[in-house]
Amino acid sequence: MAEKQELAVRDKKELVSKEEKTVPGRHYVPYADIYETDDALTVVMEMPGVEKKDISVALENDVLRVEGRIDFTKYEGMEPVYTEYNVGHYARSFALSSKIDQDKISAQIADGVLTLTLPKAKQAQPRRIAIG
Amino acid sequence: MALMDPFDALSSLQQALDAFRASDWLAAGPSGGGGYPPLNVFRKGDDFVIVAEVPGIKKSDLEVQVKGNSIRLAGTKSVTYPDKASLHRRERLGGRFDRAVTLPVEIDANGVKAECRDGVLALFLPRAERDKPKSIPVA
Repeated sequence: MAEKQELAVRDKKELVSKEEKTVPGRHYVPYADIYETDDALTVVMEMPGVEKKDISVALENDVLRVEGRIDFTKYEGMEPVYTEYNVGHYARSFALSSKIDQDKISAQIADGVLTLTLPKAKQAQPRRIAIG
Repeated sequence: MALMDPFDALSSLQQALDAFRASDWLAAGPSGGGGYPPLNVFRKGDDFVIVAEVPGIKKSDLEVQVKGNSIRLAGTKSVTYPDKASLHRRERLGGRFDRAVTLPVEIDANGVKAECRDGVLALFLPRAERDKPKSIPVA
């Protein structure tokens, strides 16, 4: 069973972007699950440390772009003595193939996991064809 | 204090975190480094703070134990999908974890506080009074 499996550590993947950032600092690619149901596409992304107010989601030309910024002022006055991972903002974009009803995109965040529900536009939903 | 440029602050934090990547501070003991969840240890004044990223793990599925100067983090991360969904991408992993680390400093076990917010667990570990460095006045 998957639930019984021991969790392994994975190194964070650094974002390799087409454009260079004008500000220093690394961005990371959040781990994502994407699944599709009859009426919606759901994107689930892990962005630990990102607060609700620091997330931006944009959909333009069928490209979904998600950014999550971490508030690193929390690290002020903290001196590292031993580290296993680095922190940085998160960014990832996806080219969407199915038509999405942009006005109905909804987002939820809980325990550092962002869930985006992208409802499919009416014409993109599967229709059952009756066989006469 | 002068205002810090927030962008510079991020890259200097990242550099500082890199510099202490798997330093030998925690190497003592069989637990060592490398288990899940990955963690960072900071010094804050006299005290220590352990920070771990635990996205998608509910507080109720997380167990924190302190014994002497050992900390144990255990729990389960569940990743579920709706029954009728077709999966396009599956990168998030679920499973159980159990990790113990032994700190090279004495901590006050009764004063340990744990906080879990936005998928980040922070453990505040006050250094035991008897372990704190004392300054000796030079006569």
